[in-house]
Amino acid sequence: MIEFISLNPLLSALIALAALGLSFGAILGFGAVKFAVDGDPIVEQINAILPQTQCGQCGYPGCKPYAEAIAEGDAINKCPPGGEAGINELANLLDREPLALDDEHGQEDIKKVAFIREEECIGCTKCIQACPIDAILGAAKVMHTVISSECTGCDLCVEPCPVDCIDMLPVSVGTQAWKWQIPDRNPFYNANIIASDQRSIDSSRAKH
Amino acid sequence: MRKIWDIHGGIHPNENKTQSLSEPILPSAIPPYLYVPLSQHIGAAAKPIVQVGDKVLKGQTIASANAAVSVPVHAPSSGTVFAIENKTVPHPSGIDDLCIVIETDGLDQWRERKAVQDFNLFNDDELLSIIRNAGIAGMGGAGFPAAIKLKSSDSKPIDTLIMNGTECEPYITADHSLMLEQANDIATGLAILAKIIKPKTILFGIEDNKLDVVSGIEAALNRIDFSAHSGCTTDVRVVTFPTKYPSGGEKQLIEILTGKQVPSRGLPADIGIVCHNIGTAVAIKEAVCLDQPLISRITTVTGEAVNRPRNYHVLIGTPVSFLLEQSQYQADLNNRLIMGGPMMGFALADISAPIIKTSNCILAPTEAELPTPPPAQACIRCGMCAEACPASLLPQQLYWFSQGKELEKLEQHNIADCIECGACSYVCPSNIPLVQYYRASKTDIKQREIDHHNAELAKRRFDARQDRLIRLEQEKNAAKQARQAARKKTSPPNEKLPTASASAANADAPATTVKAEHDATVKAAIERTKIKKATLSAATDDPVARAQAKREAQLAQDQSDPEAKLRRALESAQQRLEKLQVKLAAAKDSDDPNVNILEAGLEKAQSKLLSSQQALDDYKNASLSND
Repeated sequence: MIEFISLNPLLSALIALAALGLSFGAILGFGAVKFAVDGDPIVEQINAILPQTQCGQCGYPGCKPYAEAIAEGDAINKCPPGGEAGINELANLLDREPLALDDEHGQEDIKKVAFIREEECIGCTKCIQACPIDAILGAAKVMHTVISSECTGCDLCVEPCPVDCIDMLPVSVGTQAWKWQIPDRNPFYNANIIASDQRSIDSSRAKH
Repeated sequence: MRKIWDIHGGIHPNENKTQSLSEPILPSAIPPYLYVPLSQHIGAAAKPIVQVGDKVLKGQTIASANAAVSVPVHAPSSGTVFAIENKTVPHPSGIDDLCIVIETDGLDQWRERKAVQDFNLFNDDELLSIIRNAGIAGMGGAGFPAAIKLKSSDSKPIDTLIMNGTECEPYITADHSLMLEQANDIATGLAILAKIIKPKTILFGIEDNKLDVVSGIEAALNRIDFSAHSGCTTDVRVVTFPTKYPSGGEKQLIEILTGKQVPSRGLPADIGIVCHNIGTAVAIKEAVCLDQPLISRITTVTGEAVNRPRNYHVLIGTPVSFLLEQSQYQADLNNRLIMGGPMMGFALADISAPIIKTSNCILAPTEAELPTPPPAQACIRCGMCAEACPASLLPQQLYWFSQGKELEKLEQHNIADCIECGACSYVCPSNIPLVQYYRASKTDIKQREIDHHNAELAKRRFDARQDRLIRLEQEKNAAKQARQAARKKTSPPNEKLPTASASAANADAPATTVKAEHDATVKAAIERTKIKKATLSAATDDPVARAQAKREAQLAQDQSDPEAKLRRALESAQQRLEKLQVKLAAAKDSDDPNVNILEAGLEKAQSKLLSSQQALDDYKNASLSND
């Protein structure tokens, strides 16, 4: 063996390298099969950030297809329901520049849910077929109603309705769900701030 | 003297506490109407168990707790349930919430009570259920249901019980006056707490601006043998410490008294400590010994816009306006009415909002006293907010992240540990309402968690729907194939090929004829409308006259030739039948699932044709016989 190596240094080096290459190649090949990842994990991560309204405002038929498109390089600012916070999260995840929401695809709006005026409903089931998440309950010639806790507010059911009996109503905010607003955007709340009572010393002095 | 520790940051605003302490606690009068909100604290709202028109007695349960974190609500005085409806409630939003409105009868008649001399007659579980059923929610401000805090857990043994008599916020003296006047009740309540919790140490924390209460509290505590109640050697100490805002925050007080820090996002129970407000202790004593639920509290009414600042013993549900009247409120001097203290309180949108279990103060300041904050300037990065923050956070960073809505970063910078004390806003030289940014962002973070949860649900429903649609499509195809296979079996094999091609040809042919026919009908309809429009524009504009004219013309035509009408009916019936036949043939060839419906329609059309034929024949016969 040693004799062979010393006699054929070039050949033995080549054999050794080839052997190493083959064995590592086999290990890697085995690993690739054994630990294969199903699907594209980044798509799942993007999809987890998207709001799952399935509204199609981005131009794709649902959130998953848009997530796939983003993974392939599409812009991250096409999702109005996700809003600025959603874009920021996507930008963070993908290490891209956070952009302003693309107006072409709609404006960020307060959360709304569909409401069917039940006395006007003719029971045509068109909205049921349009609802991407099965949040409308009903049957042919029976009045329909929206399960408002499940409704994502995608408004896809509004257009197919032949009698226009579906309204998009803002979600009513009770005291439990009410939120403080960022002060800049709502100057009214500035009035609630008790910034200081430092001037009370001066005023009490002024009185005397 | 026990060692005390210091907390990071903190501020020293003017205390303004003497004004409301000049007079003893005054029991407030009973208002004509009591507005009792069903949600007065953290957790789920209570559920009404009375009807409008019911007579209720003082202390009677009028709404029951229907969730784990919830407490029942009781009638604060006797009277009649006047309404159960949305009324203005003390909430920063100004949103109405469900209230039980009680029209009081002035008798203030109690329900039957079972007062006990010795609370040792009850075991721990009984005491806990009494406290829960008495509707006691933390009286300090946040209003966490007391019974939940008291529930022992084996994994987290409690060795220290802290009584919070700090009351660090300016103006408020509700706890101060309570300690002055009801030291014995506090001591008894504390003994009950000691019996349930069995702590080794009881620390009674009092700020050094309330030194006048210390001797009274110590005397009251000395009268009680806490070791006997807790069943172990219990060391009871009254600890005074320098006044600083916000020493009264639960986590801050724990650090001052024990030197221990509650872990981030943890609870005091994680380090073996539980903290209760003295108001809670009094409420527990009244519930256990006197069988009185939590239907009243001490509320400070103060500020320069009231002539008689003082503390009231007030029924829950009393409108703020009713309380202010008793203190000679001058609405014209008041710039904004605040519920709570000047640091953590909120402006009341409506003066008729009621006092609730957590309302410790009504502050009616003049403009000079609490000036409207000037507009916010740009942040100059001075860092005073970071020095003032009692939770050792970085308010400046949080401010930037809040503006940019970077919720992840906010979480990484521990915004969850912000106690919303407002010290940062107080010291800010640029008058930036910092704490409002954190409040908004904290609710945004909470909302985002809810949204993510909902999005997950929506995603699951969407996926389930997609799967179902695919499955239905497959089933439909399978059924179609099965039908075709069945037909092939029944038809003779030698005719198989020609039939298939013929049917394909047939399927095409009817489709085109149907289409052509359809086009023709549409064209005819367009023609009709065109003619109609032309005649309309020519005719009068009055629709009634137009309709009458049309009807008359029709009638005239029918009368002149009644046979024409019947003939028209016959023709249309014939046409319909033919159309249906074509359609049916097409449907049969293309395996349309609607074949049955079409067949039924065909039968109907045939019978109609027969009947119209019959009518025409009858008419003809009649006219013949007439002739």
